[in-house]
Amino acid sequence: MRKQFVKTVEDLMAQDERLVLLLGDIGVFGFRNAFKMYPERTYNIGVCEQAMTSLAAGLAKEGLIPVLHSIAPFAVERCFEQIKIDLCYQNLPANIVSVGSSYDYAALGCTHHCPGDVAILRALLGMEIVIPGTPAEFDQLFRDAYADDHPTYFRLSERSNQQSCDVEFGRALIIRRGSLATVVTVGPTLTSVLEATRTLDVTILYYTTVVPFDGDTLRENCPSGRIVVVEPFYEGTLAHDIMSAMKENSIRLLLFGVPRRFLTDYGHAADHDFVCGLTTGQIKERLEQFLNE
Amino acid sequence: MTDTRINRLKRQIVLATVAVGEGHIPSAFSILDILWVLYDRVLQIDPSNPKSDERDRFVLSKGHGALALYAVLAEKGFFPVSELERFATFDSPLGGHPDHNKVPGVEASTGSLGHGLPMAVGMALGMGIRRVKNRVFALVGDQECNEGSIWESALLAAHHRLSNLTCIVDYNHSTDRALILGDIAAKFAAFGWAATTINGHDHDAIYNALIRIESDRPTVVVAETVKGFGCKQMENNPAWHHRAPTQDELPGILAELA
Repeated sequence: MRKQFVKTVEDLMAQDERLVLLLGDIGVFGFRNAFKMYPERTYNIGVCEQAMTSLAAGLAKEGLIPVLHSIAPFAVERCFEQIKIDLCYQNLPANIVSVGSSYDYAALGCTHHCPGDVAILRALLGMEIVIPGTPAEFDQLFRDAYADDHPTYFRLSERSNQQSCDVEFGRALIIRRGSLATVVTVGPTLTSVLEATRTLDVTILYYTTVVPFDGDTLRENCPSGRIVVVEPFYEGTLAHDIMSAMKENSIRLLLFGVPRRFLTDYGHAADHDFVCGLTTGQIKERLEQFLNE
Repeated sequence: MTDTRINRLKRQIVLATVAVGEGHIPSAFSILDILWVLYDRVLQIDPSNPKSDERDRFVLSKGHGALALYAVLAEKGFFPVSELERFATFDSPLGGHPDHNKVPGVEASTGSLGHGLPMAVGMALGMGIRRVKNRVFALVGDQECNEGSIWESALLAAHHRLSNLTCIVDYNHSTDRALILGDIAAKFAAFGWAATTINGHDHDAIYNALIRIESDRPTVVVAETVKGFGCKQMENNPAWHHRAPTQDELPGILAELA
């Protein structure tokens, strides 16, 4: 996804002179062509994410469209108030693109984990949140939303689904229809969910935008009232959106996501998938139990 | 000298706090002379067209000085002076901190300290990208200079040689009870800025400092000021930081500012 991020942004910088790229000393080598081609619009701001975010607001006030880039905890949690006031309260068209989602950088430890980014950004009115599942989906979603006059967060993952879907900003896709439950799957969890549910009679909805949340698609495709959420961030992050979408309908909810505790071990992301109960086999097992209850 | 006019603005500021029963009056008095000189003699800006691309930008980074900004903007015709009387009441556009989306002439919504200067850095950088020749001014408080984002901004503005940016530090020594900053001009100079220190209540000194531009670096003007300047009971009195005068106090204060 990172390579596609470079490709997409460099392509758009050629077409749209409003685009300005701000790097928090992350991705500098990857964007070496942008530094050469568009030196007036490409900056390695340095390791000062708070000022970088406010600076982006200043650029946006001048009619430019900034793209800010760093690792998720630094792009989001480090400068949360700058995002809240300078970007969201003033409603400016800035784009934050993070890498290192949840525990992608497992070996680096908790300082570089960020399973809480979507939960806290959801609290900021006006912030759009996009979670592509593949590089091609990032390209489509970024082109859809980068200039839409609102702040937008793009959460890139080290892992991608095996196949891309024909995604569109703000809209969930119905991957298939079934009767026993509706599975809400987000971004790069789709491939695991498809494998885990191969033999199960369930509806699968695929979300690559979680704010705004496409509640209509969920409500219209949930005849069983059983909802399974597979979210690649803190478990329960989307629970409020799901309950709001279902309105007065009674539902049963099964949540798969990152448990709310510090993941103090290292290793690889796959090791943490197992600890978090997010492997294909674990999803399948709990899902079958849920359907048999 | 414009003492008469400044005192009239100060009376308006005091009276503005009556309806809501609160306001940062001393913080406003601290910066009123600076803002008046800025808007009267330095900024290229048309009150009837406050969003014109070819305008100078001013960001009040210490947003709690809003009453001074409102009084000056009203005096200059950005909105009616009568709006001041509704300051911070429920549906007033003029809040305790300035809101870019509500108040004509307010460039940025500020209030949380340490946001305005980096936004001004972005505006100055953006104007360079767009080849807009106007200037950007930001006013920060001395205590606001406790914030790390101020010094991140100082690094960035110097590194990118933002000669179109001027930062004014309202050095009313609020910070002294927490962190002693000492020679703030020397600190900015060490970061690569052109730095000068002036008397922040001397209009000619303010003017001469603000019209100066260096060709290859940003400028900081450290303005030595008195918090609550012009009202003896408020000057450097923490009890007055955020309050309105009582009905008993009001006549005496207005008389002092006559």
